Amino acid sequence: MTKLNAKIPEGPLADKWTNHKAKLRLVNPANRRKLDIIVVGTGLAGSSAASTLGELGYNVKVFCYQDSPRRAHSVAAQGGINAAKNYKNDNDSVYRLFYDMIKGGDFRAREANVYRAAEVSNLVIDHYTALGVPFARDYGGLIENRSFGGVQVSRTFYAKGQTGQQCLIGAYSALSRQIDKGTVTMYPRREMMDLVVIDGKARGIIVRNLITGEIERHSAHAVVLATGGYGTIYYLSTLALNSNGSAAWRAHKRGALFANPSFVQIHPTSIPVLNDHQCKLTLMSESLRNDGRVWVPKQKGDPRKPNEIPEDERDYYLERRYPAFGNLVPRDVASRAAKERCDAGYGVGPTGLSVYLDFRDAIQKKGRKYIEENYGNLFEMYEKITGESPYEVPMRIYPAGHYTMGGLWVDYNLMTTIPGLYAIGEANFSDHGANRLGASSLMQTSGDGYFILPYTIADYLADEIKTPKIPTSTPEFDSAEKEVKDRIQRLMSINGTETATSFHKRLGKIMWDYCGMVRNEEGLKKALGLLDELKVEFWNNLKIPDTAGELNQELEKASRVADFLELGKLMVYDALNRRESCGAHFREESQTETGEAKRDDENYSYVAAWEFAGDGNEPILHKEELKFEYVKLQERSYK
Amino acid sequence: MKVKLRIWRQKNSQSKGKFEVYELNDVAPDMSFLEMLDSLNQRLVKEGKSPVAFDHDCREGICGSCGIYINGRPHGNDHRTTTCELRMRRFKDGETITVEPWRAAAFPVVKDLVVDRSAFDKIIQAGGYISVNAGAAQDANSIPVPKHNADVAFDTASCIGCGACVAACKNASAMLFVAAKITHLAQFPQGRVEAPERVKRMVAKMDELGFGSCTNTRACEAECPKGISISTIAKLNREYITAKLKD
Repeated sequence: MTKLNAKIPEGPLADKWTNHKAKLRLVNPANRRKLDIIVVGTGLAGSSAASTLGELGYNVKVFCYQDSPRRAHSVAAQGGINAAKNYKNDNDSVYRLFYDMIKGGDFRAREANVYRAAEVSNLVIDHYTALGVPFARDYGGLIENRSFGGVQVSRTFYAKGQTGQQCLIGAYSALSRQIDKGTVTMYPRREMMDLVVIDGKARGIIVRNLITGEIERHSAHAVVLATGGYGTIYYLSTLALNSNGSAAWRAHKRGALFANPSFVQIHPTSIPVLNDHQCKLTLMSESLRNDGRVWVPKQKGDPRKPNEIPEDERDYYLERRYPAFGNLVPRDVASRAAKERCDAGYGVGPTGLSVYLDFRDAIQKKGRKYIEENYGNLFEMYEKITGESPYEVPMRIYPAGHYTMGGLWVDYNLMTTIPGLYAIGEANFSDHGANRLGASSLMQTSGDGYFILPYTIADYLADEIKTPKIPTSTPEFDSAEKEVKDRIQRLMSINGTETATSFHKRLGKIMWDYCGMVRNEEGLKKALGLLDELKVEFWNNLKIPDTAGELNQELEKASRVADFLELGKLMVYDALNRRESCGAHFREESQTETGEAKRDDENYSYVAAWEFAGDGNEPILHKEELKFEYVKLQERSYK
Repeated sequence: MKVKLRIWRQKNSQSKGKFEVYELNDVAPDMSFLEMLDSLNQRLVKEGKSPVAFDHDCREGICGSCGIYINGRPHGNDHRTTTCELRMRRFKDGETITVEPWRAAAFPVVKDLVVDRSAFDKIIQAGGYISVNAGAAQDANSIPVPKHNADVAFDTASCIGCGACVAACKNASAMLFVAAKITHLAQFPQGRVEAPERVKRMVAKMDELGFGSCTNTRACEAECPKGISISTIAKLNREYITAKLKD
């Protein structure tokens, strides 16, 4: 049985990382060249880790499924990236950023990790700026900040509504520099199919070349997964269509524990579903809530156009329910509040499943030019999709699956329970608790890659300097490759009648209905049965055209859906186990009189880390108790 | 609405491609162009036929994966729009739509509508960066950058590397792509030290990879989904000449 040791350093919170760094072992530059590191994924986590490890002189191999590392889904992050610079002089600090994240995560994250993420945030901003990321500036040439949900300071650095794109271009350029120098080798259009574990250590991966269909073996002294989240399990989500949970799931099946899988953020401001053919939901950045006001009509089913509804007949329900934070409450709170209004019959739009996000007042007060400068590209995007201009009529928005706080369990060094296997960025679980605050993902994912992993991985590699290059001809590689090939063969030979997309849609509906914004015992139990049935049907009635030995996008989808069918079940087990509400995990049985999430600190103040126990068996729960030494547990209130 | 699709089908880079015709009768005007292709593919798979391969990912116009030549224009007929953002309401009921991959020597076809754009990555690897290691930067506010420069940097860094500029150009020139990166990086005080080397290496790499030369037809600017201005090419030329004069 795996014992969980989070390896949190001793000492005062503010000194933990400094003390820990002083004790981490080093690898000298001559030895770094002899050590191979595999990085899977090229978003902000993967690119930052790979370029930094390359700069340090390690021999790095990077993999992504896209045709270019610049396309990873960090590119779609919109609103911004947090840091505790206190450039606004509004009494911000590392401690305050830490506190906001702990509270925002509803006291289900590790204090030490969160503090460290806040601590390195300033370095991240410095680095991106040096790389040429054009954060918004004022006329004096200094950097501007704005505010985000769940906080009362302005600490968000931004580049209009495409901060992720601009940061990723910076990270990609640094990665390109290392590729140019030969420290990093790039393998695009490769999908990780399995992890290779030798003598208990992560030693390589099996990938499928998506162009030729060839199965390749790659070895290394350590493997870093930077493969993002699994929000596409809902089928409709704000994620890129090809984002998937397979790398993490494969690692889980090889022994890495999976933590808090049911903690999924449902983002409150996405463009609502327009038709049955829709394959994704486009996000409208949370930053819009700085200037936009959320409302629904006070009258149920009000047939009037939004602009015809007078002020006193509008219910600005966030401002009404949460006067202290108003429209800038955290995402989980805003999402549930929108669902509550829509479920009560006050929703707007053709389906009644949306609410207004209105810029009328901001345009009047600050002028159209201000709105254009700050949100121009978002307004354009909205208009292209819906055919309506948010300058003229309020946006319509609804919550959508977005970010997974859950992920592979990692210790303070970001190492999973498999020695030599690391998980960074959204792929791990450690910093956002049960709900992530806006603009904290770019911050965490970059901090992991630039300033944390490069230090902690050296401590592990210090023991590997005498290990020669790992051969790919070992029995472990043989059997992993065979398993991958057999599985592909099984998928290809089902020859049923239903497409992978159709199964994915059905899976998504089960997950959204029973393990989405609200959950209850009965629904979750029902979901377990439904998922079993769907899995059986999938393996008996799937249809994939063409062959496995060529570019085959249907096979890619099918392989990911097959993993999602299993991961979905783990999410349900986790949601069932946690009979409390916390952050984004809302159990109907556990709510306050006013309908807010009600935690049960006595029984659930732990990280639920799940061990894979074989196909068809119930996973085994391990608990990492969360100790709060520096913040006091309290009801999370934004009123 | 109904549409007739003439789609370029090509099994792999070695084989010769040809157009095939498909008819769709239940297209919703709200659908994106790619959702329309998704629905065609669902049908083809069910019929046991090979679906149309195309690159796509974010489906919100920011990753740069998608790129289809639609009725003779990269990303179709909508202004400042990627293929994934293009909506079927932009087409007429009953219209015949011709669907092709990017066509450029430097972007060989991989399969159907999928092309190999790794040449763009190679150009960036030849100097499209500011050389600074993680940990070596000073405080972000220690170097003020005029707002105008920051805005120009933002606009040019908005390039998503989709390749529409190359596909639009009769010479298959990559000048707009290279110029956007040069202009982006030229806005900051940091990185000036390596600017001459950068522009020379990137231009040499572009030429080496088989992109054509620029003859100022402005087709790239007209088709760029991110609205990158051809004035960046003037900036590129200035940087290039200045660098060459120093040789």
